[in-house]
Amino acid sequence: MNLFIAENISKQFSNHKALDGVSINVPKQSIFGLLGPNGAGKTTLIRIINQITAPDTGSLFFNGEKLNQNHIYNIGYLPEERGLYKKMKVGEQAIYLAQLKGLSKRDAISQLKLWFEKFEIGAWWNRKVEELSKGMQQKIQFIVTILHKPELLIFDEPFSGFDPINVNLLKTEILKLRDEGATIIFSTHNMASVEELCDNIALINNSRKILEGSVEDVKHQYKSNTYELILQGSQHLLKDILGNHFDLLDLKNGSANINATIKINHGDQNDLLKTLIPQYQILSFNEIIPSMNDIFIQRVAEASKNNS
Amino acid sequence: MDKIKLIIAREYLSRVKKRSFIIMTILGPILMASMVVIPILLTQIDDKDQSKIAVLDESGLFFPNFKSDKTHLYYKIEKTIDKAKSDLAKGEHDILLYIPKKMVSLPTQAFLYAESQPSMNLKSYVERVMSKELEEQKLKIQIDSLNLSEEKRKIAMNIPKAIKTSINISTIKLDENEKEQRTYSGVNMGLSFFVGFMIYMFIFIFGVQVMRGVIEEKTSRIIEVMICSVKPFQLMMGKIIGIAMVGFTQFLLWVILTTGIISVVQVSFQKDITANQNITATSQLVPTQEEVVQGSGNKVLDIIASINFSGIIFSFAFYFLFGYLLYAALFAIVGSAVDNETDTQQFMMPITIPLILSIIMLQFVLRNPDGPVSFWMSIIPFTSPVIMMGRIPFGVPYEELALSMALLILTFWGATWMAGRIYRIGILMYGKKPTYKELFKWIRYKG
Repeated sequence: MNLFIAENISKQFSNHKALDGVSINVPKQSIFGLLGPNGAGKTTLIRIINQITAPDTGSLFFNGEKLNQNHIYNIGYLPEERGLYKKMKVGEQAIYLAQLKGLSKRDAISQLKLWFEKFEIGAWWNRKVEELSKGMQQKIQFIVTILHKPELLIFDEPFSGFDPINVNLLKTEILKLRDEGATIIFSTHNMASVEELCDNIALINNSRKILEGSVEDVKHQYKSNTYELILQGSQHLLKDILGNHFDLLDLKNGSANINATIKINHGDQNDLLKTLIPQYQILSFNEIIPSMNDIFIQRVAEASKNNS
Repeated sequence: MDKIKLIIAREYLSRVKKRSFIIMTILGPILMASMVVIPILLTQIDDKDQSKIAVLDESGLFFPNFKSDKTHLYYKIEKTIDKAKSDLAKGEHDILLYIPKKMVSLPTQAFLYAESQPSMNLKSYVERVMSKELEEQKLKIQIDSLNLSEEKRKIAMNIPKAIKTSINISTIKLDENEKEQRTYSGVNMGLSFFVGFMIYMFIFIFGVQVMRGVIEEKTSRIIEVMICSVKPFQLMMGKIIGIAMVGFTQFLLWVILTTGIISVVQVSFQKDITANQNITATSQLVPTQEEVVQGSGNKVLDIIASINFSGIIFSFAFYFLFGYLLYAALFAIVGSAVDNETDTQQFMMPITIPLILSIIMLQFVLRNPDGPVSFWMSIIPFTSPVIMMGRIPFGVPYEELALSMALLILTFWGATWMAGRIYRIGILMYGKKPTYKELFKWIRYKG
């Protein structure tokens, strides 16, 4: 079941095409990573989802309905470039933003108090925003984004400006929100956090989608049948033993052990093990799975090669 | 609709609660009231300090004509001028008036010695007294040469008084029904300038506030957060309306506080003012006040009755509101097109030129309120709020007024639509300052 569907979205600005036939499916109650290099069109897509700008062509569906103005109450958006009214008091401002998202004043206050406690910023309620550190402002923005309990949350680089402790706090809250039923679109350049948090991803490059799927599938798709082994035995014989079914990509000598990276050309893992077991003591056997970072760089490089 | 109310409330409250607003609200009326009150107070201060004027009148003609009063005490001295001067230096006299004797003709010169600059009032009083005496002396010489009888001589001496006439021209407006209405050009001019200037000032002050507000939202990057919950047009209109309400609040408070201060001061000084006959200083500045004091209440009532107050108040409210709305939309365009205030200059120019032009032309319009320049400038929407307001106290035909108002509403509507189109794109654009060509392109963007 998809909470949000974008079909064949195109958007042309006066001198460049920001999106060219992009489709994404965001399954309900999952975290969807929207990835891509700078200027790929992510922000434009997010603005279209938020109905800040309209697409030239394509259709958008929220919960099966065509996306319309009423859905903005069901969407929470934390933009990358975010700010607050500097001269306003923290509490007043949070109430104002919550009211604009359809909360009553009373609900807004009681909810805000809870979150302010949780994020340990309760003492700042009556201070002016300009007196706050950047990290504290970010916390307030995060709270305001999720306060009206939207079904769809969109976070654009949510961790920028946070220290590691607060990044963890935020990650925990994001996972909790998903577990409680929210669907999250998560846009970032931090691939480590993508692997940690995302269930599905879409990679956009140069206004086109070049990759989509669950994180697991994508990784499997890009693994190259390469294994890392730690062996005990003679290192000189290894190349001959492997023969031409297997490639020895890398060989490192430890004090007593051999670290070998081996690619399987024919057969499977068991064939490799069968070949090695008679001659070697196998201490460790791991498949090398490419990181999202590697996949990102590889795919973007391929795509730009194809273009040129 | 609820959202636009929330936005209006925020824009209004955040400005009204500001310290600068409170200070301006209090300071404005004090400044305005002091323009009326200080001249009155100054005459009061003079009272307490009577300056002693020694008169060294070598001709002996003038001294009896100087009348001492509360502020000035005249007394005769008979010394040499050098001795008198050294007495003045010692502080025996405050001021020394020296009228030297001329051997052949009548004296026409006098000297006022004082340690500080003697007041203009004293100087003109001495001049008046002396010239009156001299006129009489010359008259006497002329009449003496005629060798008239005692009786005829008396009559001849009175001729200047008998022929003295002052002309008072009343301007009367005759409308189609031949109904006469007395008009008071001076009062109308004052009123016209005041209302025209008020509108100019408010459009400028609060229009620029709209622009600043938009720039603030852009530079603080709150804008991205805002426009995912509200439409850009709602945000823009909420800001424009909220600031308009700030303007109305400030204006109302100013009117109430200024009249309050003036009436309090007037009541507490009323006695002194009426008791004091020597208020020439103030009465010269404000001729109507003298009339008030002298109790010609009829004329004041007549002047007040000659002013079409309900008409003026209605048109003031109309031109104030729509003039502001038109310019606020234009200022919002400027705010949305740039990232910071230093970049606004280029776009401000075309907006401020018609405004400044209208305030400059207002003075000419007041002199000729029915001329072609006045007519056209009061029809063209960009200058009509100031110029038409300047014309209204003189009376404007209804069809001209209707045309001007209709055009203003239409232009306001068009400008707001255009501002909305540019605003929604501009607020999300950072970096390069757009060209006019790009601004026009934004109008046509979809979505």
